[in-house]
Amino acid sequence: MTITELEQQATQIRQDIIKMLEHAKSGHSAGPMGLADIFTALYFDILKHDPNKPDWDERDLLLLSNGHCVPVQYASMARSGYFDVKELMTLRQFGSRLQGHPERIKLPGLETTSGPLGCGLSQAAGMALAMRMNQQLHRWVYVVMGDGELNEGNVWEAAMLAAKYNLNNIIAIIDRNNIQIDGPTEKVMPLEDLSAKWDAFGWHVIDIDGNNMEQIIDACAMGRAIVEKPTLIIAHTVPGKGVDFMEYDYHWHGGAPGVGVPDHKQAVKALHELRTLKGKIRGEHE
Amino acid sequence: MNNINLITDNFLNHKFDTEAIKKGFGKGLLAAGQQNDQVVAACADLTGSTAMNMFAEEFPDRFVEVGVAEQNLVTVGSGLAAMGKIPFVSSYAAFSPGRNWEQIRTTICLNEQVVHVVGSHAGLYTGADGATHQMLEDIALTRVLPNMVVIAPADSIQAQKATIALASHDSPSYLRLTREPTAVFTTDKTPFEIGKAYVYREGTDITIIATGTMTYNALVAAENLAKDNISVEVVHLPTIKPLDSETVLRSVRKTKKVITVEEGQISAGMGSAICELLADEDPLPVHRMGVQDKFGQSGSPDDLLEHYGLTPKHIALKVHQIL
Repeated sequence: MTITELEQQATQIRQDIIKMLEHAKSGHSAGPMGLADIFTALYFDILKHDPNKPDWDERDLLLLSNGHCVPVQYASMARSGYFDVKELMTLRQFGSRLQGHPERIKLPGLETTSGPLGCGLSQAAGMALAMRMNQQLHRWVYVVMGDGELNEGNVWEAAMLAAKYNLNNIIAIIDRNNIQIDGPTEKVMPLEDLSAKWDAFGWHVIDIDGNNMEQIIDACAMGRAIVEKPTLIIAHTVPGKGVDFMEYDYHWHGGAPGVGVPDHKQAVKALHELRTLKGKIRGEHE
Repeated sequence: MNNINLITDNFLNHKFDTEAIKKGFGKGLLAAGQQNDQVVAACADLTGSTAMNMFAEEFPDRFVEVGVAEQNLVTVGSGLAAMGKIPFVSSYAAFSPGRNWEQIRTTICLNEQVVHVVGSHAGLYTGADGATHQMLEDIALTRVLPNMVVIAPADSIQAQKATIALASHDSPSYLRLTREPTAVFTTDKTPFEIGKAYVYREGTDITIIATGTMTYNALVAAENLAKDNISVEVVHLPTIKPLDSETVLRSVRKTKKVITVEEGQISAGMGSAICELLADEDPLPVHRMGVQDKFGQSGSPDDLLEHYGLTPKHIALKVHQIL
């Protein structure tokens, strides 16, 4: 796919997210919207994977550590062929494979079960260690974490371990959207200087615009090229990206319908913005 | 000779060697590692103390030292298991599963990754370290988790067998180990299977169900009670979950009286599991012996068992009270 095609795909995934969340009437909006470009890049360009063979033993692994953002992963999986797009509307419903937070056992293609924060990087480290024991040198573990999630001590335990064992087969991506449930990250629990912290922990740190497709793809390529250290990409994203009234507003992190999840009126408005590129073009179905 | 299943007559002379139960784990892990190269191990800065050192020295490339980081310990274990490895991850029970319970719940049990969580220094036998390190709540914490197997071996030989058995078992587990040496009273021939309870002594007047180190004390008590013509049946429960309800019910239905003994809190522990079973199947008063909703303290294991009422003498006294 060209960069333009990837960007169009990301817009499609954002529309899916809005529809899913409106339908489910609960969940988290801002994070998945902000991550749409990263997940599109991963599923449609970066990852070595086969939607028809989710247990292919040469695949790259992708872990979503901040499991509450899973709508973006479900939408990316459906759009890349893991399952029918129609199934997206079962999100959070009884009997659905698309649990409110991802469960490996429920849906082939998910590498782990997450939601409780801070555990993805450790699992990635275990996987990366096993790959090394197995002498699998051409597989990578990608792990996406939230920034609020970095409040968890478990993350830093894993950061030390990955550097100790030089797990250069890990590429960790932090969704640096500056919001968490109780407010701005720097107010709830300051994280800065984030880059310096990870550098001090022994990681190769790359700062990028996490809503810029080219930068995402380039940073991951750089991460694969770095052999001296594990790589951490600080992806600066706009929470709620693509919908004006959601962008930057931590109230959209998660909550009850209409507060953190779009109600019908808000969903129509959000979809209009996405379909018209914020009014720049006429929407296809409007 | 009424020590069935146990296959020893050593109780006649009471001469047993002693060895720490954790040592048996160490030997078992080494053997499992030799049998299967997918067996790996991780430890949180207690490699010698949890008897993982033999494995670590033999297989340095299959051993991961995570440092003092128990949350990382089990989640790294989950990642290793995801790749087909068979990880044993060890620390002290107070820290694992004590500190990292949620990680065990989510990334191992709910995630169905076969990780074997090994907690040493469980119970009062931890001795001088005191209450912080004497883990008494681990059985309660682990047995409530779906998919989890919970095992408390009676001695070092059984710990060795349990470890080898777990290495080819297909569900996650918690293996409870003891620090100070205890009597080695089972033998190579004593049967052990995950999920099975064993009658170690047949009797007709009362059933004592015991787990871990307390099985030995129950057997000693039973031996002494025999001198007063009291016939005690001792059921050893090395696997607390899944519970071998058939063996337990068969014994209890025969004697109609039951005591449970464990080196841990009486709340939500092994005795509680027996209460739950009997409440469902065959309601009967259950006399639970264990630590009575208190924390431990520093002291020798003998002092502590005396103070908390878990010696053979205390068990015999309880039998007299009930009969």
